[in-house]
Amino acid sequence: MEGYEALVHSAFGGEKPDVTDPKVLAWLIRRNALEMTHISRGSHIGSVFSVAEIIAVLYTGVLHVDPQNPRMPDRDRLILSKGHAGSAVYAALAETGFFPVEQLKTHYANGAILSGHVSHKGVPGVEVSTGSLGHGLGVGTGMALGAKMDGESWRTWVVLGDGECDEGSVWEAALQAAQYGLDRLCAIVDYNHMQSLFTVAETLKLEPFEEKWKNFGWNAMSVDGHDVGALRDACAWAQNQAGSGKPSVILANTVKGKGVSFMENNILWHYRTPQGEEYEAALKELEAQRP
Amino acid sequence: MRDRFVRVLVDEMAQDPKIVLIIGDLGFGVMKPVWERFPDRIINAGIAEQGMVSMAAGLAATGKTVLVYSIGNFPTLRPLEQIRNDCAYHNANVKIVCVGGGFVYGSLGMSHHATEDLAVMRALPDVRCFAPGDPIETEAVTREIIHTPGTCYLRLGRGNEPTIHAGMLVDWKAPSPVTLRKGTDIALLSTGGILTQTVAAAERLAGINIWAEVVSFPCIKPMDTEAVRQLTRRFRHIVTVEEHNITGGFGSAVCEIAAETGSGCRIHRIGLQDCYSSIVGNQQYLREVYGMDEKSIADKAEAWLNEA
Repeated sequence: MEGYEALVHSAFGGEKPDVTDPKVLAWLIRRNALEMTHISRGSHIGSVFSVAEIIAVLYTGVLHVDPQNPRMPDRDRLILSKGHAGSAVYAALAETGFFPVEQLKTHYANGAILSGHVSHKGVPGVEVSTGSLGHGLGVGTGMALGAKMDGESWRTWVVLGDGECDEGSVWEAALQAAQYGLDRLCAIVDYNHMQSLFTVAETLKLEPFEEKWKNFGWNAMSVDGHDVGALRDACAWAQNQAGSGKPSVILANTVKGKGVSFMENNILWHYRTPQGEEYEAALKELEAQRP
Repeated sequence: MRDRFVRVLVDEMAQDPKIVLIIGDLGFGVMKPVWERFPDRIINAGIAEQGMVSMAAGLAATGKTVLVYSIGNFPTLRPLEQIRNDCAYHNANVKIVCVGGGFVYGSLGMSHHATEDLAVMRALPDVRCFAPGDPIETEAVTREIIHTPGTCYLRLGRGNEPTIHAGMLVDWKAPSPVTLRKGTDIALLSTGGILTQTVAAAERLAGINIWAEVVSFPCIKPMDTEAVRQLTRRFRHIVTVEEHNITGGFGSAVCEIAAETGSGCRIHRIGLQDCYSSIVGNQQYLREVYGMDEKSIADKAEAWLNEA
């Protein structure tokens, strides 16, 4: 059935959405995530909504990638270390042509390839499978180190969650990346200030967060993680740190559940799945925001 | 074993510029030949094993053959999930190398006894596991893992073990076991550095007219199933010897095959009897305490033969 793609694109009135526009792509990530978690009864929609603009900006001109040639040797590498927001990356990849949008409806499905946490097996454009937190920055450090050893100019991007930064392994990698001067390694933290039970401040405080990264030897800056212009500038800033001898991190201040009023800053939507009236209400709110 | 490993590694690194060594802030003196010859291809990850193994997986994704070197449990149990998720699941070309398998660091205490590593690593799909018994096996196995794509685990002993094999294992291919001595009464199957004790036990048994076959298993995953099946058909008693817990390791692997073969052969496992050692002592002392030195092996083999 051609129904899925037609459904998630229906708000564009039959026109093909311009997926080179980060606002459009961010909207499509949310629209797809709502539909995917609705169909699958899956979770983590709040984390997908907070990271939507980050992923959208990366896939609209920041990442040097080619959907026709997902394994090209000089591509930029992206690792979604907060693997539970996998549907954001799946949606971005499908909408930008790495695989059919129609396939997104098989998220979580028996026999499908789109697992809840992002998987590289059989999914074009995914470099690394994640899901257990605290792995991505280390793997990204290795990739960036390999590129540096070979004199390659491609970059490694790692998107982390804030709660994920509880993991000691994140800080092991932070020390290592700084030690080896990996200035083509760029991390973005989706700083939505919430974990799975409580706020970050109530769980394990990260502040002063920017100073922590700086003290670990990184270039660091903070940005509004839902402002696509500011995010794009921040990514350019990170790219321009090549030659600084230091890796760079962007702390993207975001809102968990961003885009649907009753999901915003509501811990419930880390795991809750949108069904019934809640699905209808969320859809209505998203449709009213279509760029 | 350690020094032979480094010698072979240097030789392989000279031939292949894609080989990279990561060390976990250990082995400075031992790795001197690598530091001197390939300073750009040795990376000290610091005392940060999780980051070390994730980094190895990332490096491997850029086309490198990555060896990760540390001691005891530090390169296995500490970053276990990084080996599982980042290396094995991604078929990363990463070789985890442990120096100090078993009681090598005996007097340093329980934290430094690697006595569950084979069981744990063997349980991970797509991780090949190797435990050479002497420097000759170490050379063959080191070359084998470097030339085998994918994630491997190499468990070494220490430095200065005696050479047991008479000559190089020229045509050896994993996972073949290596027969050191033919016998008719009982088979002693051994993996890793405890091979010295197993061979000496067979000589003791010969002194009382018990003819023990000695077979060394430098590769325990995959296991050479057919070789084990044939041994279970030829012998009524097989003794497995490992400087490791008897649960889940080499003896267990032999039992799995023997049980499925259903030959009626009895398998007797020699190793640490599902406990931690809190006794202070050097490697040989602890082997004696836990009944895996040459005399204990010979005495137990004789007793088991006499049981039935």
